[in-house]
Amino acid sequence: MTEERDTTAEMRVEQVERVPSKFRFTWRTLLLALGGLVLLLSFTRFVTGAVDLTSAGAINATVALAVPIGLAGLGGLWSERAGVVNIGLEGMMILGTWGGAWGAIQFGSPWAGVLVGLLGGAFGGLLHAVATVTFGVDHIISGVAINILGLGITQFLSKVTFAEMKGGGDTQSPPVPKLDPVSIPGIGEPLKSLESQHWFLLSDLAGILRGLTTNVSLVTVLAILLIPVTFYVLWRTAFGLRLRSCGERPVAAESLGVNVYTYKYVAVVVSGALAGLGGAFLSLVASSAYREGQTAGRGFIGLAAMIFGNWRPGGLAAGAGLFGYTDALQLRRGGESVHALLLLVAVLLAGVAVYQLVKQSRTQAAVFTAAGAVAVFALFALTDSIPAQFTSVTPHITTLLVLSLAAQRLRPPAADGVPYRKGQAK
Amino acid sequence: MKAAESSFADRLLGRVRLSGLLSLAAPVVAILFAALITSIVLLATGAPPLDTLVIMGEYGVQPRSIVLTLNSATTFYLAAIAVAIGFRMNLFNIGVDGQYRLAALISAAVGGAVVLPGPLHTVLVILVAMLVGAGWASIAALLKVKRGVSEVISTIMLNAIATALGSWLLNKERLAVEVAGSNNIGTKPIAESGRVPGLALIPGTEAKVFGLLFLAIAVGVGYHVLLNRTRFGFDLRATGQSETAAVASGVNVKKMIVIAMLLSGAAAGLIGMPQLLGASYSYSLDFPTGLGFTGIAIALLGRNHPVGIAFGALLWAFLDTSSSILQLHEIAPELVAIMQGTIVLSVIVAYELVHRYQVVAGQRRVSKELASGTPPQGEGASA
Repeated sequence: MTEERDTTAEMRVEQVERVPSKFRFTWRTLLLALGGLVLLLSFTRFVTGAVDLTSAGAINATVALAVPIGLAGLGGLWSERAGVVNIGLEGMMILGTWGGAWGAIQFGSPWAGVLVGLLGGAFGGLLHAVATVTFGVDHIISGVAINILGLGITQFLSKVTFAEMKGGGDTQSPPVPKLDPVSIPGIGEPLKSLESQHWFLLSDLAGILRGLTTNVSLVTVLAILLIPVTFYVLWRTAFGLRLRSCGERPVAAESLGVNVYTYKYVAVVVSGALAGLGGAFLSLVASSAYREGQTAGRGFIGLAAMIFGNWRPGGLAAGAGLFGYTDALQLRRGGESVHALLLLVAVLLAGVAVYQLVKQSRTQAAVFTAAGAVAVFALFALTDSIPAQFTSVTPHITTLLVLSLAAQRLRPPAADGVPYRKGQAK
Repeated sequence: MKAAESSFADRLLGRVRLSGLLSLAAPVVAILFAALITSIVLLATGAPPLDTLVIMGEYGVQPRSIVLTLNSATTFYLAAIAVAIGFRMNLFNIGVDGQYRLAALISAAVGGAVVLPGPLHTVLVILVAMLVGAGWASIAALLKVKRGVSEVISTIMLNAIATALGSWLLNKERLAVEVAGSNNIGTKPIAESGRVPGLALIPGTEAKVFGLLFLAIAVGVGYHVLLNRTRFGFDLRATGQSETAAVASGVNVKKMIVIAMLLSGAAAGLIGMPQLLGASYSYSLDFPTGLGFTGIAIALLGRNHPVGIAFGALLWAFLDTSSSILQLHEIAPELVAIMQGTIVLSVIVAYELVHRYQVVAGQRRVSKELASGTPPQGEGASA
């Protein structure tokens, strides 16, 4: 793993030499980017007539689908910032799905389910911490083992518990008590009528706003709040500084009196709890019961969202939003909507090509990107719809595309995935 | 220092290297620990632990169960070897799962579409499977060397994409036909000429052992020879242990990554073959999944050693087979999944502990020899 980092470091140096003006991320660029994205979506919706690109339903589903991915990603962020690679997020999430459903049924309250799901994930995190921090096992190996164990424990537990309940089965729980969604009052109806006009930009904005402000679960609000909270705790407090120092240079941290083991333990257990919360969200909010295989690899996608976000909370949220959006589109007239998305990708790629040519003078790269844009556009023009089997993997393909474009600019914590022993020399 | 001279206290305090025996002790301890955890789980659910384990053991040694165990172990062994090839080079090929499913599907379709004389047919199917497996793995390999994308993430994504591609291909408009007598669909069955007959190795049962058991053994031998007796294998292991050292001795690391990934993918292509050519003859919706992850677990159990992996595969298959009796005693067979997960987690911890113990023991041995005035042998002198 270290070798890989070295090569990326070299490549980063090359990149810096080639691009003289360093790109700086400010509120202004963020707002401009968001505005541009809405404009582009609106344009695509207008041209293709795929109304679900900006409908309130799709945006609502985006938020709901982005939450578990984002929570898994936050889990990954906590643990990797402390230097522990956590590929066991999927297993911890699975524990959370069972814990969520069981807790809600057992104690008759969805909030109890949220708590039990959180604890289930934290248990998985604790196992990972024991293996990787105390015993210094390779992080990826331990994570894979936890995924196997999490699945096994959950299958066994659901057979022992849910199979005997009325309406439950070997692989499924009875319906769980639901949390009522909340809305900002008085805003839904006017926005809805504006949205149904299908005007350029205005209707799209209305759809997006309505999707964000109506029918939102409280757990969703909690999850979204966790992103700024994580940023504050990890980047603005002494605790966070110490935690991150364990992920960058544990030996230096130790020499300054930081108990590296404790911080790593805390980070990995919190990481598991966040993944467990994501799992509980899946069984309590996103659907109405625990089902086997409910996570469907969302723990891994969360990890990808975190890498996409360059190990930062804001980027992670953007990544989760992106994956949630593609996931939501495939559920809402997937063939048509994802097909329309092809046009958007083609336009974006063309934009990148122009940027590379004009701003960066990278002719070869620009030609390459432009060829990609033409290919995607050809695919868009020659087909009417995407087969249902492929729309379901839109997030995965997006992940691969984004990583292949951006992986070399990423900067993981310096000691991420490196086993550390107390008192080691360097 | 010879082992005969050391006292028990020396051994106990780690003044003697016990490498051979100790590394064997690790899996044994892990299995005992897993049995303990399983017993606790059984007690918690109200079943008698010892009796349950005895029932499983008795069922597992019946002739029919032994055949089933051998057959699953063949598949598991191939899966673990595929993973181990990558592991030896610090490559985590988590995509074995997708690679083998895609390979099994396409090779089954090719095998069903043609009729060739005897062994040629079988060889064609196997070759196609290896090519498809390697081809799918090459995507992850290229993404890693060209774009710096970690193979862990890319292979996980490719697994999901392979599932989608598989279900798109396995459609009546494309590769699939209806399976006679059920509402399942699968590829066209492979003709008699392509099949590999089973072997009646175990007396006392009608069930036959997969003929491709020998393929698995050959792959194991090939793996051993390739890694330990060729220059390529040396380079591969060197790259896995220290990339900088490998680069210094002139190894092209990127090329090694691509080749190792292709080999791993080709081996992954073989995983479905015993089942396809020995039992089902067509790829249908109910073809087993998740074998790639089992392979990872078994490769870890066997420490990437061809013989160790064989034991790991047999153990895993034994647990799988004997778990089916649990249903009769109203115990959830998923208990075995907990047992397997615990074995993996505790075995890797145990290996790590043994490794640390050996390091400490080595240090003690050298310091003791230095203190007593005898010059330490070999490398210690240069310090």
